[in-house]
Amino acid sequence: MFAEAIETILHDHCTPAAVRHIEGGGSPLPLWQALEHAGFLELLAPEDHGGAGIQLPDLRPVLEQFGRHAMPVPAAQAIVARALLPPGSAPDGLLTLAPRLTRLADGGLACPRVPYGQMAAHVLGADAEGWVLLDASSAERSEGDIPGLQAASLRWVDHAAVVQSGPGRAAELESLGAALHAALITGALGRAFEMTLQHCNDRVQFGRSLGQFQAVQHQLAVMAEHIAAASSATQVAFSGAGVSPHPMAAAMAKARTSAAAAVVAATAHGLHGAIGVTADHDLQLHTRRLHAWRMAHGSESFWHRRIGAAVLASNQPLSRFVHEI
Amino acid sequence: MVDLLASFRHATLPAHAEAFRDEVQDFLRANLDPAPADQRSRSWMGFDADFSRRLARRGWVGVTLPKAYGGAELDAFCRFVLVEELLCAGAPVAAHWIADRQSGPLILRYGTEAQRRHHLPRICAAQAFFCIGMSEPGAGSDLASVNSRATRTPEGWRLNGRKLWTTHAHHAHYMIALVRTSGQPGDHHKGLSQLIVDLSLPGVQVRPIRDLTGDSHFNEVLFEDVHLGEDALVGSEGQGWGQVTAELAFERSGPERLYSSIVLLELWVDWLRRHGDGSHAEAVGRFATELAALRQLSISVTARLACGDSPVVEAALVKDLGTEFEQAIPAVLEAALGDPGAEIDGQLVRTLAYVSQVAPTFSLRGGTREILRGMIARGLGLR
Repeated sequence: MFAEAIETILHDHCTPAAVRHIEGGGSPLPLWQALEHAGFLELLAPEDHGGAGIQLPDLRPVLEQFGRHAMPVPAAQAIVARALLPPGSAPDGLLTLAPRLTRLADGGLACPRVPYGQMAAHVLGADAEGWVLLDASSAERSEGDIPGLQAASLRWVDHAAVVQSGPGRAAELESLGAALHAALITGALGRAFEMTLQHCNDRVQFGRSLGQFQAVQHQLAVMAEHIAAASSATQVAFSGAGVSPHPMAAAMAKARTSAAAAVVAATAHGLHGAIGVTADHDLQLHTRRLHAWRMAHGSESFWHRRIGAAVLASNQPLSRFVHEI
Repeated sequence: MVDLLASFRHATLPAHAEAFRDEVQDFLRANLDPAPADQRSRSWMGFDADFSRRLARRGWVGVTLPKAYGGAELDAFCRFVLVEELLCAGAPVAAHWIADRQSGPLILRYGTEAQRRHHLPRICAAQAFFCIGMSEPGAGSDLASVNSRATRTPEGWRLNGRKLWTTHAHHAHYMIALVRTSGQPGDHHKGLSQLIVDLSLPGVQVRPIRDLTGDSHFNEVLFEDVHLGEDALVGSEGQGWGQVTAELAFERSGPERLYSSIVLLELWVDWLRRHGDGSHAEAVGRFATELAALRQLSISVTARLACGDSPVVEAALVKDLGTEFEQAIPAVLEAALGDPGAEIDGQLVRTLAYVSQVAPTFSLRGGTREILRGMIARGLGLR
């Protein structure tokens, strides 16, 4: 039910034109406010605090819709951040998550490569000492690290920018950051694949549609396999009750979707030909995100190392370790 | 969303299947003789009639067949768990495998009551072992070109022809053979039927073929005027192709398409632990991640089978991805273990050598990679 409602809003407010407008420096507020007014930023917040009180299985299709529509604002991050912050204490405006919070020796704070860090008003980060909500307007921000996607590294000279703080939350933030990106990637994979399938049915060369060529068919089959595996890993990460994914399931979801992102983005472009790399074609709205989202909150290599270390540290067979996820 | 991809819905093994897992593990602890890893890595190619009979006495051969025919009447989820535990333990299951997985369900679905009563109880008792006669010298991936032919006689059928790469035909009592009963080889899918061939009959000759590992698991089977009764025909005459296609959904969807290299992988993980070697954590994590996703897909297909669906294309997708995972394990391990100074025990080297050598067959048996990818592409709705 949430997935259908969000599709309508995104269809109207998160069009390819709106995405391009925001990427070009246009105001993200019309889209942000449309999401906020419809209550979508409070999906995970408890009902007695004005939220929808939904749990992970219902959140996944909403985040996948964000991915399908090349979401250009930190909507997924804000939903998660609002669930992590004490009820009712979320700040107004664009709110995002920091994949990593570092407390510097000189008393400053740093958050490298924050998704939507250029546009966000506030950033929620956490480390072993606890969580902090930071005012991004007073940060030094790097510019244009990933053109169009508004990621930025943020740095504060002292703790004056800390709006709120508290204990814990680092593990949840890490898992939720990974899981939400797995869902965004899953949505984008699906959209990139549909566009590619359509192109292969429509485009004619040598008197036949591309899809008639066996070499093309096999590439599409491989894409489908990766997407099926990625999507199933994401479903597992979002299968539990509550609002906090199983850490290993979230790790595996981010790893599997990130691995799929590389294959699917490359094959989608390979099959689209030159038209796919033009600014005017919508494919690039999705493939640029697949690459950026693959790296955000840990690439597959990062998570594979983490998962592998956990397997090696356990005393049960790898297959048993996997069964218990 | 593309329909094929939307059809993979998240499913979990129900509680009764997980409870059944404990029973299977208890059984294996008591009944599975210790064996070196290179032998355990043969698993569903490992033939041990005694083990199959022990399993049958426990009631777990023909697990999904109705109790009326001697089966355990367990659902597809329990079968998934049983298979998973047997393969992860490296149990030698080849003797009853084909009958349990394919021939039994096929006879139940398409056979006459007399055929069911004759064959199924013996399958469930591990007294009747089956093999599958599909490939021929001129019909590999192009299976519809089969040329073996059965012609009508007053008593039933006369069979002539040749089957190739028939796994364990030299140990099996029966073959379910896909043969032409009408028309010409050029008719492809039309005119094919499935016959149950008693391999002890005059005119049947089974010639084992040695493979590159030194094992002889597959065979050439020749039929020269083999006389079969009316009751050899299973299902409808001329409907063999449709029956085979449905049968392949069972063959392709199970956990056996994920676990062919699992004994090797566990051996390596164990070796890394013993040596305190964390340098391959990334590869270990990748395998765990891929296995978790594949297992989910396989459970999702199992849930469809449990509802009585025949998810043929989905099964092809899981098989293709699964064999890629299975083949990646020996490929990665060869690279990882290639340090000339590393202390690697002979067991690990032998197991790796065996799995590397047979790994190419993982994406041949049950439909080659190219055939499967063609099926997937058609399932995607390409025009």
